[in-house]
Amino acid sequence: MPDILLSVNNLHKSFGNRQAVKAVSFQLAKGQTLGLLGPNGAGKSTTVGMISGLLQPDQGEVMLGGQRMAQGNNAAKQIMGLVPQDLALYDELSARENLRIFGALYGLTGATLKKRCAEVLDLVQLSDRLADKPSTFSGGMKRRLNIAAALLHTPQLLILDEPTVGVDPQSRNAIFDSLEALKRQGCALIYTSHYMEEVERLADHIVIIDHGVVIADESPAALYQRLPAQAALRVTPLAPVPEHTLHALKSLAAVAEVTVEGSDLLIGLSTADQAQDVMLWLTQQGCRTAQFSTARTSLEAIFLTLTGRSLRDA
Amino acid sequence: MTALIALVRKDLILFLGDRRALLLNLIMPIVLGAFFGYLFGGSGVTENAKINVAVVSQDNSPTSQKIVAGLKTDTALTVLEMPLAEAQEKVLKGKLNAAVVIPAGFGDAAGAALFGTKAKPEITIYYDPSQSAVLAMVKGMLTQHVMQNVSAEMFSGAGGQKMVDENIAELEKEASNNPRSAELQEFLKSVRTFQTRNAAAKTADTDKGQPERAAGLSMPFTTTDQAMSAGPQKYNGYAHAFAGMAVQFILFMGIDAGIGVLLAQRQGLWNRLLASPITVTTVLTARATSAALIALGLLLFIFTVAALFFQVQVAGSMLGFLGVAVCFALVTATFGLLIAAFGKTPEAARGMATFATLIMVMLGGAWVPAFLFPQWLQSLTLAVPTRWAVDGLDAMTWRGLPLDAAWAPMLAQLGFAVLFGGLALWKFGKQRGGTRA
Repeated sequence: MPDILLSVNNLHKSFGNRQAVKAVSFQLAKGQTLGLLGPNGAGKSTTVGMISGLLQPDQGEVMLGGQRMAQGNNAAKQIMGLVPQDLALYDELSARENLRIFGALYGLTGATLKKRCAEVLDLVQLSDRLADKPSTFSGGMKRRLNIAAALLHTPQLLILDEPTVGVDPQSRNAIFDSLEALKRQGCALIYTSHYMEEVERLADHIVIIDHGVVIADESPAALYQRLPAQAALRVTPLAPVPEHTLHALKSLAAVAEVTVEGSDLLIGLSTADQAQDVMLWLTQQGCRTAQFSTARTSLEAIFLTLTGRSLRDA
Repeated sequence: MTALIALVRKDLILFLGDRRALLLNLIMPIVLGAFFGYLFGGSGVTENAKINVAVVSQDNSPTSQKIVAGLKTDTALTVLEMPLAEAQEKVLKGKLNAAVVIPAGFGDAAGAALFGTKAKPEITIYYDPSQSAVLAMVKGMLTQHVMQNVSAEMFSGAGGQKMVDENIAELEKEASNNPRSAELQEFLKSVRTFQTRNAAAKTADTDKGQPERAAGLSMPFTTTDQAMSAGPQKYNGYAHAFAGMAVQFILFMGIDAGIGVLLAQRQGLWNRLLASPITVTTVLTARATSAALIALGLLLFIFTVAALFFQVQVAGSMLGFLGVAVCFALVTATFGLLIAAFGKTPEAARGMATFATLIMVMLGGAWVPAFLFPQWLQSLTLAVPTRWAVDGLDAMTWRGLPLDAAWAPMLAQLGFAVLFGGLALWKFGKQRGGTRA
């Protein structure tokens, strides 16, 4: 990987007798976006805590911009921004005051601070709410301000810990517009989420953690290659499909797998363009269909394949 | 430095922006200080509260009438005459502090008993058990008036002459076989001589139109009462009350400062702060600085109001007063950090801290002066920072003591501040190694 910005090396962390993170390692290049996936309790937040210097690893190290991340290493922290999962804002201070405080933490003052406040508010589309208190904001607007507060010092790496929790679709789109703009500006992102579609939209690289262990560390394309089926054909037959027809369907070269979900058939395909051939074959077998649809296999399916459980399982 | 100033500024803006909490922090200590100050004697120009006493006189003798009249002239008492049943009911209901019952025949019996020849008559005192200290005061004043009037009657009144004659006659019968009776008989004869001379002098005074001479026993001394404060004009009961209430409510503000840290941890603000290029020490120093500034501001505001409206003065060293105030502000700030460090949740921490504060305030003499405590408790309270704060403020206000007297309260408070702050930093340092992000 060229021009490494972040290198996470063999991190271990335990809380009491419970080992939360075991030998977690991955890297992130400048300007790249890394999706950090895992169900609740998988070790994502602990890993983020160690990357951002909030937690001291029991073993291993985090190198950021050539600096070893530690609680007292200000040089490393200066090039990183953290968007916590919680709305880390002062509700009773105006948006401007909030940004002034968080900018001052990074040494910004005077005209520079004022300019950056205006720029980040513009980026998250909140310029017109500068004087308002977050307590008067919608959930989505608070989330956007939460992100803006981490951008004031123009970090090279922005860590977003589930930044869209409880956000309406409109605000989610606004957040994604902002993040994509940041990507274009060359800011590297670490994005943790339960939402696969969000990670698919942003990530150049995906790390999946389960039970404190990295179980996948690849590009989305490489992850898809791990699946037997790259696309799915969902068919609703007018009448139940005979057993021998199902058996014959599974033996077709284009078909990777067949699952019966209620009255529907879910047919996994190597490529999406094979759907037409399979539909023709079903018609030839006398199987008349009420409706059908095709879809690309999601990262959710990949996660299910890798871990045996849903991403949103507690 | 930029970060530290920004964090302190933020805390001050948040504190001043919360108008309801601000009013509570300012108004409550003033209202309660004014109330307790009034109870403790106000600004020194008002009269002390009198003891309300009922007198039930069942004796019409001149001696008893003079005793009742004497009690009524006592400036420490408000005396009302009433029937026994009414007096008992009013004491029972707490409307009177005590009731004194002078039984029938008291005057004669007391005179006879004065020289130890007859049985002593009994005065019954009914009192409110919730104010038992009043009993001793009423007894003292009653003793004074009874002794004065009974002895006067014995040495100069007609009843006294009759009583002496009867006693001499009785003693003459016993004298043959009791040497002590003979001695007492001689003494009473001398008294009779004094009575005869006194009666003649009284007749002469009356003929000349001069007032009657006082006779009998009187207090063999007089007293001059000198309040040991900055002077009679400087003493002010409000000063102690305002010091106590200010200490109490400022500590409550300290609790809020500590709870604020716990809430920041819960809300993720703590992580955001610590993810930035500042240390946990900077964050805690900023919190302590803002809390100390707020505490100092509150204390000065409360005493300014006390000075303007309740005549409380810093009669001692102003520098000492400011020093004690600054040290107390530091105690408050570090007390807040201690709560933040050892509190598990904001809710649990608030309950525990409020309890601890009330105990500290009580032991510190903020509600009632510490000198009223038993000696062992007074010694124990030296281990409580509020005791030093209240004593220091008292010393610099109504006691009017010089700067020297402020050093001990200041140093003791600084010691507590160092202890609290050190413990808090140690605990935060320990937490940071293992806390889950």
